[in-house]
Amino acid sequence: MGRKILLDKINVPGIKSYEVYRREGGYASVEKALKMTPEDIIEEVKASGLRGRGGAGFPMGMKWSFIDKKSGKPRHLVCNADESEPGTFKDRYLMEYIPHLLIEGMITSSIALEANLSYIYIRGEYMWVYKILERAIQEAYAAGWLGKNIQGSGFDLDLYVHCGAGAYICGEETALIESLEGKRGNPRLKPPFPAISGLWANPTVVNNVESIAAVPWIINNSGADYAAIGIGRSTGTKLISASGNIKKPGVYEIELGISVEEFINSDEYCGGMETDRPLKALVPGGSSVPILPAHLIYKTANGDDRLMTYESLSDGGFATGSMLGSGGFIVYDDRACIVRNTWNFARFYHHESCGQCTPCREGTGWLEKVLWRIENGEGREEDIELLWSIQSKIEGNTICPLGDAASWPVAAAIRHFREEFEFHVRFPEKIKNRDHFTHEPFEKVRHLVAPQTV
Amino acid sequence: MEKHHYTQEINITDALMARINELVSHYPADKKKSALLPVLHEVQDAHDNWLSIELQNKVAEILELKPIEVYEVVTFYTMFNQRPVGKYMLEFCQTSPCCQRGVEDLMDYTCQKLNVGIAQPTTDGLFEVRGVECLGACGYAPMLQLGDYYHEHLTKEKIDQLIDDCKAGNITFYDK
Repeated sequence: MGRKILLDKINVPGIKSYEVYRREGGYASVEKALKMTPEDIIEEVKASGLRGRGGAGFPMGMKWSFIDKKSGKPRHLVCNADESEPGTFKDRYLMEYIPHLLIEGMITSSIALEANLSYIYIRGEYMWVYKILERAIQEAYAAGWLGKNIQGSGFDLDLYVHCGAGAYICGEETALIESLEGKRGNPRLKPPFPAISGLWANPTVVNNVESIAAVPWIINNSGADYAAIGIGRSTGTKLISASGNIKKPGVYEIELGISVEEFINSDEYCGGMETDRPLKALVPGGSSVPILPAHLIYKTANGDDRLMTYESLSDGGFATGSMLGSGGFIVYDDRACIVRNTWNFARFYHHESCGQCTPCREGTGWLEKVLWRIENGEGREEDIELLWSIQSKIEGNTICPLGDAASWPVAAAIRHFREEFEFHVRFPEKIKNRDHFTHEPFEKVRHLVAPQTV
Repeated sequence: MEKHHYTQEINITDALMARINELVSHYPADKKKSALLPVLHEVQDAHDNWLSIELQNKVAEILELKPIEVYEVVTFYTMFNQRPVGKYMLEFCQTSPCCQRGVEDLMDYTCQKLNVGIAQPTTDGLFEVRGVECLGACGYAPMLQLGDYYHEHLTKEKIDQLIDDCKAGNITFYDK
């Protein structure tokens, strides 16, 4: 059994309630942090090597150390619970089943940042989780962990939940701040970074739920203990949201460094494929990361075992690798149509583009429309080049990474599954039904395109 | 397309106003605007799940904002409805992981059963089927959202049951 840090207590009956959570040792990190200096807390988190769990993987202690404490402006910690990356549902699991862990992490982290007003920004669709958090926060206030003069320490902290209203873009930290200010979720130009000028132009740190939830363990034990788990720069444990055609979809906590093969096939995790159909593709870190074809899932291009780490999943760059991202692990068997799936993601990004930057606003729409016509048997031979050209013109040309996130899945699908696009263009009569590969998997019809592409 | 103007009865009850004041208190006194999204959710929930222009103007008045500041937010976020919607709005997640688990067939099934297209309320105003983007329940696919709650691991039988429960008024969809 892998080591559990975040989900260790998840099965304790009543852990949702303050009494049980406290009895199980909850809020100990706050007591300890109140006796430490903020700098020492930040040093512990730096030593842990904890990297942002929202997808970017930026070292959390370093992000904290950027916060401007000199200007004397009020500081804020904002928890990013706008989890909307397709394939990702881990933060919801944490907040729904062990809400006090996040609240404890928010308090301990706010002490480190010397922030006296902090927020949890949760996506509007998680309304029942919002209510769970609101009730848990009331319990924490009643027990003296929030409010004025926490536990007699002289430190004040107010914590509130703020709900979004259905916009993926608000997961981008500056769009999230705009939304928290009651505006449209348009990302801001950086610099200035939020650490200097964030919420209401005050120094602000935005961290993912899972990152903040790891802080109590690090403070209760030590940064070095956390860094001892995992491999190299991928330290600690990570929640993986497993979905798609596997036996046991769900949220799993893994020690970074186990192999992808073990994660998919072991009974402790995904339990193997849903049916006896073969594995066709994998999106390892949420919809925006490149899709991997079967031969690059268990092994890297060099023939090394592919591991669940930031480094191993990106081994080979975009040519033969992908990214750990947010840990949205989507498994596809051979019934999946890659063209349809890519269209599905393109539609998502078109729908979620905020419309601020032209390459993204227009380009995502083009991607969606061209992919739709290929998927529906109206594609042209030159459409594949057209898609390539559009995605290359979006990537890197937008204010926020949504443009990149929309381009990468299209590029990777063409890179690894070009034959499938050609098949759609050349044999429109064979793809009339949307489940066209269910009865006749693509592996069987591959020969139809093979002679013409050699 | 023909442009409809729908009217709505505005009723800001004392209980709703108390909740609005509570939400406003979560932000510094000079940052009232920050409460806009949470307030719009509350106001929409209390007004048959949609926000007419008149109601948006009312929210602007309460939060001391210019009406445009409310309009631009309402039109940006997909959870705010600008026309009357079906009382029971079945919002199916239609992003990739749910498609892998057959949500498209279930959406077709539901539309046929209710005899409607996507985003068309039934004539009695009771139901509406929508396809929405990823709801963060990929491991429990296929799924739909109804009010504040998720209904997961859906099958045709579960949808039949859900629709029957709605018709019988035997379902809670707000967590208040």
